[in-house]
Amino acid sequence: MTEVTLSNVVKFYGKHQALHGINLDISDGEFVVLVGPSGCGKSTTLRMIAGLEDISGGEISIGGRVVNDLPPRDRNISMVFQNYALYPHMTVRENLGFSLKIAKKDEAEITKAVDEAAGILGLAELMDRKPAALSGGQRQRVAMGRAIVRHPDVFLFDEPLSNLDAKLRTQMRVEIKKLHQKVGNTIIYVTHDQIEAMTLADRIVLMQDGHIVQVGTPLELFNTPLNTFVATFIGSPPMNLIDGVVSGTSSIKLAGGLSVPVPASARGQVHSGQQVKFGFRADNLMPYGHAVEEEGERADLELTVTLTEPLGTETILFTDIAGTEVQGKMLNPRPVRPGEVLKFRLMLDKCHVFDATSTDAIRG
Amino acid sequence: MTRRRLPEWFLLLLPAIIVIAAVVLIPLIFSLYSSFTPYKLTRPSTLWTWVGTYNYEKILTDAKFWTAFGRTVLFLTIALNLEMLLGLGIALMVNKVTWGQRTLRTVVMFPMMFSPILVGFQFKFIFNDNIGLVNNALQSMGFNVALPWLVDGKLAMFSILFAEVWMSTSVFAILILAGLFAIPRDPLEAAKVDGCTPFQSFRHITLPFLMPFIYIAMTIRSLDVARAYDIVQIMTGGGPARRTELLWTLMSRTGYVDARMGLANAMGYVSIILSVVFTIYFFRKLTAARAQIGMEG
Repeated sequence: MTEVTLSNVVKFYGKHQALHGINLDISDGEFVVLVGPSGCGKSTTLRMIAGLEDISGGEISIGGRVVNDLPPRDRNISMVFQNYALYPHMTVRENLGFSLKIAKKDEAEITKAVDEAAGILGLAELMDRKPAALSGGQRQRVAMGRAIVRHPDVFLFDEPLSNLDAKLRTQMRVEIKKLHQKVGNTIIYVTHDQIEAMTLADRIVLMQDGHIVQVGTPLELFNTPLNTFVATFIGSPPMNLIDGVVSGTSSIKLAGGLSVPVPASARGQVHSGQQVKFGFRADNLMPYGHAVEEEGERADLELTVTLTEPLGTETILFTDIAGTEVQGKMLNPRPVRPGEVLKFRLMLDKCHVFDATSTDAIRG
Repeated sequence: MTRRRLPEWFLLLLPAIIVIAAVVLIPLIFSLYSSFTPYKLTRPSTLWTWVGTYNYEKILTDAKFWTAFGRTVLFLTIALNLEMLLGLGIALMVNKVTWGQRTLRTVVMFPMMFSPILVGFQFKFIFNDNIGLVNNALQSMGFNVALPWLVDGKLAMFSILFAEVWMSTSVFAILILAGLFAIPRDPLEAAKVDGCTPFQSFRHITLPFLMPFIYIAMTIRSLDVARAYDIVQIMTGGGPARRTELLWTLMSRTGYVDARMGLANAMGYVSIILSVVFTIYFFRKLTAARAQIGMEG
């Protein structure tokens, strides 16, 4: 059983504090993605788990064993690096077998483990090449192969796909997920790409400025973001946010004079005069005739389209509500010209309200 | 009548051709020619006597020449290897230093800043059997000896080697340090995670990366040491009784002291083989090492 536990982990670089008391429990076989904008401390956290970075305070344990003072080689982890970090002077076979050779495994065992890993990742053709003669995707697979031959307790991935082109990235994403289903090990994966986080994770850990902002399943983060940062970071396009003021107990006056009712989830939690941000996703703002049929409280809005982004199955429509640019979605799209006025419906019970000063979600 | 004009490219190259001819080509041809004559500086007319390969035949059977040749190869081998090991050690240590590394790097280069002549004089004093530092130090530590550092053949060779290593280890240190700075951090981290001890990381990752740098230093230094003259000339003058004679002291003695320039030139052409062989050897190694770490690909 290999749980990974971080309790109150702190990191200082000189006087600069990079991590502020990270607490995280990762259970055996779980696929956890650390995600956040650059500089949020996600890579530092991962490197501390790997043992490549000192731990300034707190405790990290892997499989119940505190590893603070253990060198990486005694932690039984393997890591896939952003730049692949292959050994350029070794062939693919030697790269894959290196850790086993260091561990003084016998030749037959190494060959067997290497061939097995090569089989899983489709590297058999490339075994005698050096990294310089491989494409980006192939190098990536070798790096993953190197990680799996050792049968480690925990896999660590440090932005492994960020150097690949978009198509290859999607493909490798699927391979990583398949790999996890096949080997079932605990995986901790760092990325700045929320799509990778959403598609791969059992649980997402969203970080900002050295703090954990929210931990949860992809859908939890998507549907019930704890604050505006989560709301705008997770999901594409990001959640629309419009400034407003609560008036009375049941309606919000948006900048520009439009008034919307307080969403059911926040009813009773707001007080009159409170400055808020009113949030909704593009999926909840759709033009009539091109929307999902669903029941619920709704508001009708006549809006002028300013820009369109056709994506095939849907088109993202840019428009304006009360002076704020917002994005809506059109299903089964027809061509729309900028300037065209469409009648949209906004699904009110799917909307969110955030406090304008604390940015925290207001939810019952 | 039209004057024939030289082609433009030739005119443009002419200054370079003239300079190279005057500085390199003509002396080279002249020295090669004179190696087939019994040319003596004291009797210029001997330059016009052709003796064919007489000088070369003489050299090939000359024990003094081959002793000096062998001693030079030995000296070269020991000096290069010692300097490489010491330079590697220094570079690895300097690379670990986090505070004051720039200063330390400059300090490491100090020995390179002295003229070899001065280094020679310095060590001639240090190893002097009467007033030298080493013997004085030994005596004040209670050893009642006066070792003949520069007189005994083996000790004199050691003393020269010591001076040479003192002066030039920093060439290796600096080049290897440059190599250490150029090593990507990722493979080293990957090796740590893959289970390497610090020594294994060095052996399997760092060293292969450093090899091209080491071979570049080797090539440069092999040419340097193969023409070692100044330190030896100052410290022992090739003596006593030719016991520290290297190729260049022998050649200069033959050419300038004995005035037998024809013979000296012939020696020069034979010993060039040495430099050529070493250079080819190290370049082969360099190319292989570069291919090894994928610098070619």
